[in-house]
Amino acid sequence: MATELPGRQATGAATDGGAGDGAGARLPQLHDARNPGTDLDLDWVMSAQANTSAIERRAATLPARRTVKKAHQAAWLLKAVTLIDLTTLSGDDTPGRVRRLCAKARRPVRDDLLEALGMGPVTVGAVCVYHEMVPVAVEALAGSGIPVAAVSTGFPAGLSPFRLRVAEIGESVAAGAREIDIVISRRHVLTGNWRALYDELREFRAACGEAHMKAILATGELGSLRNVARASLVAMMAGADFIKTSTGKEAVNATLPVSLVMLRAIRDYFERTGYRVGYKPAGGISKAKDALNYLALLREELGRRWMEPDLFRFGASSLLGDIERQLEHHVTGRYSAAWRHPMG
Amino acid sequence: MNLREIFESMEYGPAAEDDGPARAWLARHGGRFGHFIAGRFTEPGAAFASRNPATGEVLAELTQASEADVEAAVAAARAAQGRWARASGHERARHLYALARMVQKNARLFAVLETLDNGKPIRESRDIDVPLVARHFYYHAGMAQLAEAEFGGLEPVGVCGQIIPWNFPLLMLAWKVAPALAAGCTVVLKPAEYTSLSALLFAELAAEVGLPMGVLNIVTGDGAVGEMIVAHPDIDKIAFTGSTEVGRKIRQATAGSGKALTLELGGKSPYIVFDDADLDSAVEGLVDAIWFNQGQVCCAGSRLIVQEGVAERFHDKLRRRMGELRLGNPLDKCIDIGAIVDPVQLQRIERMVAGSAGEVFQPEISLPEGGCFFRPTLITGLEPADPLMQEEIFGPVLVSTTFRTPAEAVELANNSRYGLAASIWSENVNLALDVAPKLAAGVVWVNATNLFDAAAGFGGVRESGFGREGGWEGMHAYLKPARRARALAPLRPVPAPESPKPEEGIDRTPKLYIGGRQLRPDGGYSREVWSPRGRLLSMVPVANRKDVRNAVEAAAAAAGWARATGHLRAQIIYYIAENLAERTGEFAARIAAMTGASRAKAEAEVARAVERLFTWAAWADKHDGGVRGVPLRGVALAMNEPVGVIGAFCPDEAPLLGLVSVMAPAIAMGNRVVLVASEAYPLSAADLYQVLDTSDLPGGVVNILMGSHAELAPHLAGHLGVDAVWSFSSSDISGVIEREAAGNLKRTWVNHGRARDWMGPEGEGREFLRAATEVKTVWVPYGEG
Repeated sequence: MATELPGRQATGAATDGGAGDGAGARLPQLHDARNPGTDLDLDWVMSAQANTSAIERRAATLPARRTVKKAHQAAWLLKAVTLIDLTTLSGDDTPGRVRRLCAKARRPVRDDLLEALGMGPVTVGAVCVYHEMVPVAVEALAGSGIPVAAVSTGFPAGLSPFRLRVAEIGESVAAGAREIDIVISRRHVLTGNWRALYDELREFRAACGEAHMKAILATGELGSLRNVARASLVAMMAGADFIKTSTGKEAVNATLPVSLVMLRAIRDYFERTGYRVGYKPAGGISKAKDALNYLALLREELGRRWMEPDLFRFGASSLLGDIERQLEHHVTGRYSAAWRHPMG
Repeated sequence: MNLREIFESMEYGPAAEDDGPARAWLARHGGRFGHFIAGRFTEPGAAFASRNPATGEVLAELTQASEADVEAAVAAARAAQGRWARASGHERARHLYALARMVQKNARLFAVLETLDNGKPIRESRDIDVPLVARHFYYHAGMAQLAEAEFGGLEPVGVCGQIIPWNFPLLMLAWKVAPALAAGCTVVLKPAEYTSLSALLFAELAAEVGLPMGVLNIVTGDGAVGEMIVAHPDIDKIAFTGSTEVGRKIRQATAGSGKALTLELGGKSPYIVFDDADLDSAVEGLVDAIWFNQGQVCCAGSRLIVQEGVAERFHDKLRRRMGELRLGNPLDKCIDIGAIVDPVQLQRIERMVAGSAGEVFQPEISLPEGGCFFRPTLITGLEPADPLMQEEIFGPVLVSTTFRTPAEAVELANNSRYGLAASIWSENVNLALDVAPKLAAGVVWVNATNLFDAAAGFGGVRESGFGREGGWEGMHAYLKPARRARALAPLRPVPAPESPKPEEGIDRTPKLYIGGRQLRPDGGYSREVWSPRGRLLSMVPVANRKDVRNAVEAAAAAAGWARATGHLRAQIIYYIAENLAERTGEFAARIAAMTGASRAKAEAEVARAVERLFTWAAWADKHDGGVRGVPLRGVALAMNEPVGVIGAFCPDEAPLLGLVSVMAPAIAMGNRVVLVASEAYPLSAADLYQVLDTSDLPGGVVNILMGSHAELAPHLAGHLGVDAVWSFSSSDISGVIEREAAGNLKRTWVNHGRARDWMGPEGEGREFLRAATEVKTVWVPYGEG
């Protein structure tokens, strides 16, 4: 990594909820200064290129270039657990359903497995819900240090009145959400109206206040990887703390090629501004092996620093279950079954 | 490291592939191998060690072949060849199919053995080399199946001696063996002495799946064994992949022997990055270009040519990427760069890099203890004049320079003795597709690099060799016209009579035709042309080496002809035919006077010459390229390009038709020619240039010299600016042409003293088309979304 970059001073703030009691293996982390955004630099945006077939080749060969085995694999999978935004975004969510999910978030892996692995307690990265479920989740996670993330701004389509979308952010923040997963107006990307996209995101960011803004690009609806690259840059210029692939509701959600494009945009932004922006692939990541591939891609393109919850999350609901089974296999040498692990 | 520590470091950790089955195979042979001749292993003899370059450990003892071993292998191949060639295409297809299946069924064993022996990362041997090997045999099973239907009038070349390098031991075996077997040839193959094991395993397993004995024979040993194969009189064709230096020696050694030859040699392939490229993808492409197989790849994109405005940013990105490369145990599945094949190669690389004038960057990644390892290296700030910009390093070393304009990029890219491959990175399809045809290379990748497939031709121009491997064009390296040509008797100019009669009328002395102008010969000498009846027909100029130089310069300057449309070339050739037909009587009279042929026969020759011009005018816009069926979302274009400047010694016996038969296909395909007229009967050529002059043919496209074939042959064949030399002369110059051609490894097409019936179908056809064109494969992957 080029060391002469204008790296920002770390704030020294510990991980959400503190590093001490209860956080266990969640190591103390230094947060970098938040990305304040920059002016919209259209020259930069328009110079971004993404060659689809070259990107697909890189993404296709990466899983064969990088692999982790045995204890390394278990450690990586455990790391993946700490990076999950455990998510429920269904019309039939109820307080009971959300409380169950939060309990799983606090204790995602069976204690006996953690003990056998020589690890203390771990938690997931966050719990992600709709606005109406935020108070329940905040209450259920009290004292755990696990932040609640709310999807917002007319999720998933983002086509409700702009005024209401901005207001929705404020409501969720007021209800205790510390992360807001906003959706962008895809039409601004599809019509090349980067200024409108930037202005919209600027307002969302202002509405977030202290809460972190995760900008969902809905990459499956942007038409091309080039658009993904450009939208990524605009979102970061507008002050996104994270850029995120998808709502999970599009026909195509997170993929390795899309991730490669977004990670490269993040690197480009870091190299030019010195600010680290986080990345959240969401939707369709359900296997432990997938998680390892994403982490390897992350490590290759952005380096070790990004492999922590303040800079990377998996948006996933069923991934955890597969990782639990793999961890038990690592401990016992026997393939596991879903019903052996507590449901969330 | 315990799990908690790994959780913190997030290192990858070791992930070694099991080498047990490969070692078991070595052990089963007692760690000693003989040659594989006539379907079985010979007793191991005088041994040399085959080592694992990652550790220095001896893997096996191999046998250095003796003359007797080579003799036995060639005899076995010869004994098997007739029956193998007579077998139906379908029968050969079944064998090739069995070989493809055999490779797939033993894929991991081959991959691990290859990695142990060669030092390449297991990911590459497993995911690239071995799958391509299987693909090659599948593809050529199809070629064998289609042989009768698609290769009519052709027959197998015969017994092939194949000498392959150590960088892709099994893959190069496949590239050589599959088309040879499909065509009906039998093989004596010598793997490189560093890396013979996978070839021996292949031969053993091939016999087990029923390949008839003697069809494939393997002899092991160093370059001396290669020399024995090259020199063996009962071998019909040599196919070599390796260094330009050795290729040149082979060209010299086989000169005049009548052996067919294809050479796939070195390169210094340009990797051009335009400022509108996806720079991150172009950086990643370089990983596949120059750090693939430790850079020990003949077509490695080893010469980075990047547009000035983005150069600094690109180099920064590249240096960062280099820091993420993992170097180490080749059997580790998580390794990007393995071991250099041998300490000798390692020292060579170290020596070359140490002498560099540029700024050398190597990332601080750790090297394993022992073994032959070299860090990925970037050398910036070099100019074309730096030796490292010109010479092949054959290691993980990238050299870099910058350019300002697309034209300058092309100029820099082509500023090389080599011409194997090239990569172009640009998001602008206009730019990429404009640049691709301008590059002197046999293979061009657009926004990609090092893509290979059996369906796409691979091979070079200039000193990167000649011949193609893969595709339809690759099959022709193992086929020849099925005809028995009679010996061509030397035809000398008619000697001066005892008592010549004095000439009457105005003296009319033709000149040389160079650059569209009639020029007196540099030497100032002329000679007389006598009719068989003792009449002085005319004087003709005698060209010397300076005239050759001038003619080649004129031909080189007429490069615009290559870019003229096929339609325009056709029109001009038709026009030549029209003007020639108009003067049939005059041309026929001249032929009759010079040769003593009957008037009817002479008129027939003129008529056939007109017809032949029509044939090649017809072909000018019809020698279509192709789009090859490669397994990729994209197109692999097989573009027929002119060879360049072709020097040709025209047939003596058919003064007009012979010259036209040689000239027309060459210029129809966009080449420029330096023709040396029939030595015995040169006046038809002099008559013809008047026709050319009145037919809108641009100056320099056709240049005509008269003089002694034997005297001019070494100069034309030795000229480093000539791209190919043909000879249909009745003088014995085939050997000297092939020998002199070694200088710049130009293509040759010579008659070896065999006659050709210029009046008949032998005087035209696809053989001429193939000789007049180079197939350039342009890979254009595409996709958006």
